[in-house]
Amino acid sequence: MAETTYIQAITDAMREEMLRDPGVFILGEDIGVYGGAFKVTRGLIDEFGEERIMDTPISESAIIGVAVGAALVGMRPIAEIQFADFITVAFSQIVTNAATMHYRYGTPVPLVVRAPSGGGIHGGAFHSKNPEAWFVHQPGLKVVAPATARDAKGLLKAAVRDNNPVIYFENKYLYRRVKEDLDANEEVVVPLGKAATVRGGGDVSIITYGSMVHAAQQAAEIVCEQDQIETEIVDLRSLQPLDVEAILATVQKTSRVVITHEANLTGGIGGEVAALISEHAFESLDAPIKRVAALDTPTPYAPAMEEYFMPNAEKIVNAIRQVVRF
Amino acid sequence: MSRPEMEISPDIQIKLYTLMVKTRATEDRIIALYRQGRIVGGAYTGRGVEGTTVGAALALEPQDYLFPIHRDLGAHLAKGQSVLNILLQYLGRGNSLTRGKDSGIHVTDPALNIVGNVSHLGHMIPVAVGAAIGKRMQGEKVVSLNFIGEGGSNIGDFHEGLNFAAVQKAPFVLIIENNQYAYSTPTHKGYVCKYLSDRAAGYGIPGHHVDGTDALQVYAVVREAVERARSGDGPSLIECLSFRMVGHSAHDDAFYVDKNRMKEYEKKDPIARLEKKLFETALLTSAQAAAIKKEIDEEIENATETAINSPMPEPHWAAEGVYAE
Repeated sequence: MAETTYIQAITDAMREEMLRDPGVFILGEDIGVYGGAFKVTRGLIDEFGEERIMDTPISESAIIGVAVGAALVGMRPIAEIQFADFITVAFSQIVTNAATMHYRYGTPVPLVVRAPSGGGIHGGAFHSKNPEAWFVHQPGLKVVAPATARDAKGLLKAAVRDNNPVIYFENKYLYRRVKEDLDANEEVVVPLGKAATVRGGGDVSIITYGSMVHAAQQAAEIVCEQDQIETEIVDLRSLQPLDVEAILATVQKTSRVVITHEANLTGGIGGEVAALISEHAFESLDAPIKRVAALDTPTPYAPAMEEYFMPNAEKIVNAIRQVVRF
Repeated sequence: MSRPEMEISPDIQIKLYTLMVKTRATEDRIIALYRQGRIVGGAYTGRGVEGTTVGAALALEPQDYLFPIHRDLGAHLAKGQSVLNILLQYLGRGNSLTRGKDSGIHVTDPALNIVGNVSHLGHMIPVAVGAAIGKRMQGEKVVSLNFIGEGGSNIGDFHEGLNFAAVQKAPFVLIIENNQYAYSTPTHKGYVCKYLSDRAAGYGIPGHHVDGTDALQVYAVVREAVERARSGDGPSLIECLSFRMVGHSAHDDAFYVDKNRMKEYEKKDPIARLEKKLFETALLTSAQAAAIKKEIDEEIENATETAINSPMPEPHWAAEGVYAE
């Protein structure tokens, strides 16, 4: 067993998939000799060469378009978007081309778009975005957002093997802060569409994903110590498809729900999860659902404002207390 | 270039002619079906641009990939698509190549290496480049050819895709089908350079400007670019100048088009032009031309009957096939 960081887990997943399948290749900006803006692809060019670790011009739309074309002819590209914020440049290639091809004519588009997302790093409005909801809204795409090193590895390997376009949001705040022991000899594949219950409890459920899984765990500790509230935490892991069964099961168990995500509130995944609960488990609820998310503003730069803008353990604690006392 | 058509075999010349005649006759039928209310979506035709669409696509080999756009029925037929599949698609039938899920000639056919377009112009350029690079990674000598209009050449993907292809030396050929109108917008409101093919210099790749109403010239120049791409020397940009002899689509009467220019180009009709040449070079007689026309008309008649009598898709199919297994 070796301690593996979240970022190393991503690198390991790509390396293992490239060794397993010669159709897998990576393309993106600065991913070759430089090893990527965050060093996720460090060393891979030495092992796989510059055809399979393909440096590209600053052309996000072409990066995704080229990946789509390669996927159509039987390759399995992994396209790296340097910051998830820049995925907007490639938005139409993703939603217009990649997402609709199988529906329109039955040809699979096995493609992974890796996008480092998230704030808390003082990146300002254009290096901090969590744009997952835009893609969840487009039929034909799968969307995942791992919170742990194991899931970072397992979801990426599953995404590479999936025959659909998968948008993989890796939270860059977690890159070197999250680590766990992973057995290098164990094949870690985490199925898409399956949530994980990462903490069991009977009083309240937190449904979350990505970086907020860690904030939720801190919040759960606080309310356990100070309020004797037992919190269950469901890490969605996949946002499309959503694990509806797991969502409903935890609601039926605790009857009280806080949904939290790092992305801003309006039109976010939280709204969809709340609607599913309302439609399918309304009679199980003992309190209104509470959402904890970022403010509906662009991400501000100055640390004090960014902290005010983002959801965190303290805000989740407040929400838990409100729904439990309702 | 010195009369490149002299190098084109009689067989290819007759094929070019036959496919252009078939393209126009099929489009005439599509318009008739549209006017009868049988085609419920848009009908985009390429009258006047057949020399470009047929000439370019016939330069491909079966293993090559074709990425046509909305006005390129001629390219589909030149790559081997049947009139029946085209009509089934237009009529939204359940046994069409998209099972009724997509419209017009957004027809993809994996058996023929044809990838249909999306309506967002220019979007297929990077995709076609990706197909070229993907096949090269698989060790195959496959060329990918894509069309864009002069209007679509102004979208960002034109630049990103062509530059990407140049950097990668991808086996890729981009045809600018300059028919002088982007919907209703004339060229001077779309760009101010003399030739769009001059943009090639900005990417460090060869650019050619050809008369798109001359199928022989188009074929010869595209064939050379395709072989260049196949041999590993990289992409080319070829601008084919023609004139759209109809409106943007069947609903559009093209009132905004300069009537004098229309008359001028009527004299350069690509089909009449090649027919005249084939008569002059004795590769074709009027009796043979009539026989070709008759055979095409029969095929279209049969295809129309079969297509009209084909089943509509089941409504619930709408919910299926969003994701691959």
